[in-house]
Amino acid sequence: MELVCPAGNLPMLKAAVDNGADAVYIGFRDDTNARHFAGLNFNDKQIAEGVKYAHDRRVKVFVAINTYAQPNGWERWTAAVDRAAGFGVDAIILADMGVLDYAAERHPNVNLHLSVQGSATNPAAIGFMQRHFGIKRVVVPRVLSLTQVAHLIQETSVPVEIFGFGSLCVMVEGRCLLSSYASGQSPNTFGACSPASHVEWRDTPQGQETRLGGVLLERRSHGEAAGYPTICKGRYQIGGELRHAIEEPTSLNTLDILPDILAAGVSAIKIEGRQRSTRYVTQVAKVWREAIDACKRNPQAFRPKESWNQILAQVSEGAQTTIGPYERTWH
Amino acid sequence: MSALNTPAHRPRLSLGPILYLWPREQVLDFYAELLETPVDVVYLGETICSKRRQLKPEDYWELAERVTAAGKQAVISTLALIESDGELKTLKRICADERFMIEAGDLAALDFLEGRPFVAGHSINLYNHRTLAFLAERGLKRWVMPVELGRDTAADLLKHRPEGVECELFAFGRLPLAYSARCFTAYNRGLGKDNCEFCCGDYPDGVLVTTQEGQEFLSLNGIQTQSAGTHNLLASLDEVRALGVDLLRISPQSKHTADVVRTFADCLTGDLDPAEGTARLSGWAPSGLCDGYWTGQSGYQVGMPAAIG
Repeated sequence: MELVCPAGNLPMLKAAVDNGADAVYIGFRDDTNARHFAGLNFNDKQIAEGVKYAHDRRVKVFVAINTYAQPNGWERWTAAVDRAAGFGVDAIILADMGVLDYAAERHPNVNLHLSVQGSATNPAAIGFMQRHFGIKRVVVPRVLSLTQVAHLIQETSVPVEIFGFGSLCVMVEGRCLLSSYASGQSPNTFGACSPASHVEWRDTPQGQETRLGGVLLERRSHGEAAGYPTICKGRYQIGGELRHAIEEPTSLNTLDILPDILAAGVSAIKIEGRQRSTRYVTQVAKVWREAIDACKRNPQAFRPKESWNQILAQVSEGAQTTIGPYERTWH
Repeated sequence: MSALNTPAHRPRLSLGPILYLWPREQVLDFYAELLETPVDVVYLGETICSKRRQLKPEDYWELAERVTAAGKQAVISTLALIESDGELKTLKRICADERFMIEAGDLAALDFLEGRPFVAGHSINLYNHRTLAFLAERGLKRWVMPVELGRDTAADLLKHRPEGVECELFAFGRLPLAYSARCFTAYNRGLGKDNCEFCCGDYPDGVLVTTQEGQEFLSLNGIQTQSAGTHNLLASLDEVRALGVDLLRISPQSKHTADVVRTFADCLTGDLDPAEGTARLSGWAPSGLCDGYWTGQSGYQVGMPAAIG
């Protein structure tokens, strides 16, 4: 089982490589990837250096080009695919059927992975993508329970990658338009959920307010911890009650079920967080490397170390972590 | 090509699938009423939750026969999110029936429908020409634009669309914004999805979610999150016609759907001014109208129709 770590810049890539990643995933500096944030991501020089650094240490590099191309920017997506192929990366992570079609035709020897944004949650969907675009891996959306993941792996010949740690998307990825409903920009169209340019933080006598595109997502008392504001983790009035109507501000941590993930036949486990820091990826890669190695050595005896969970808790967004949809009771 | 870029071009009206859990009798009464309206295409089927079985595929096929007998086109819609084996089996069974056109909601349906005529629903991510061409080669006859795409993208896609492929816009209704593994209706009633008690049946237009300052923001419908605002393209009707859009979809709501259809129809025949029609519609939208997606703004906003010509 491969450990796939995020890198938003060259120092993060090196930290991931040095601390135990089997593969690192990165993106270009534009809206062709789902972490399109100011100051983040790679230019050509940095990619070349990053690929060399990783390959010299036998670590793979994947490039995410996982947003949806629109007619007025189509060439940006095809150019991104050509550039990624030109750098000799180990795989390109794609979501858009049109871009997949282009990549499969133009670069038949490059490995294509279906991004989580590709929204394939069952063997028929994955089979369709495999038949037409020859995908070599699928990253499955965070909607399946672990039992369903295990079953899916039995039913498809495409290796399956799942998210193991980081921010928790509550909606099926690639088909969530909540961000654009409030801000005009979504992961699909723009490569960002809750784009920072549309987020406002405001101190008011009623408390600290966070807004997206003018819509009030949360008003909390001063001093309450605040994560990055997304619509799905906001607090609203519903049925006469004030509550987190969609999900609490939690993040995903699957360390507790690692032996089951391994037993299910998951091919790779992905750490979310290209927008996070070098410290984040250093700590998370180190813990997960150690955990995966311990689990492989002796899955029956595997228990997450207290120190691992402490380290992960320090770098988690939000106060709580959850196993999320992998556990059926979450549904 | 069905698109004639002339002032005479008149889009047809479609009725989207019912997105909510209504009692069987209410569903049957609803279609009995709507078949009397000038709607041209009727989409039938469960697209949100496989646990809702008050109507089975057989019931929808029977309804589809009635739709056809009324001189309208029946299309069978399918689930937007397929997770389990059971869902996949049902989908396969629905797709194996070739009497009616089928609307794909999940990529899985494309796998089953490839090689025969089909419709791609708005939950299939079709954002550009290459995807359109790719699906057209596999049997696509019509696509419903993803709802977050606006008039500029629509214009671009329509200008160079493949021969024989129709474009449908989600023209009236609470917007389908997201799908999840979690049933939010059950969650907010303190229940899990597996023992949901079909509580979504208590909310014929979804559960309203309001911000802490009173803005009606979202509507929760089982695993689906919708906008509270009712998306409406009637105010942009001239523009929509000029682009050569083939169909306008009206998404069923528990009240006034037939009135909505007639209002659109009257505007299309020129018997009613779209501005006046929009004023009528605003009285039937539970949380007000919006059209920001169409005009390139945030979805919840109300935009200005573009100047034509």
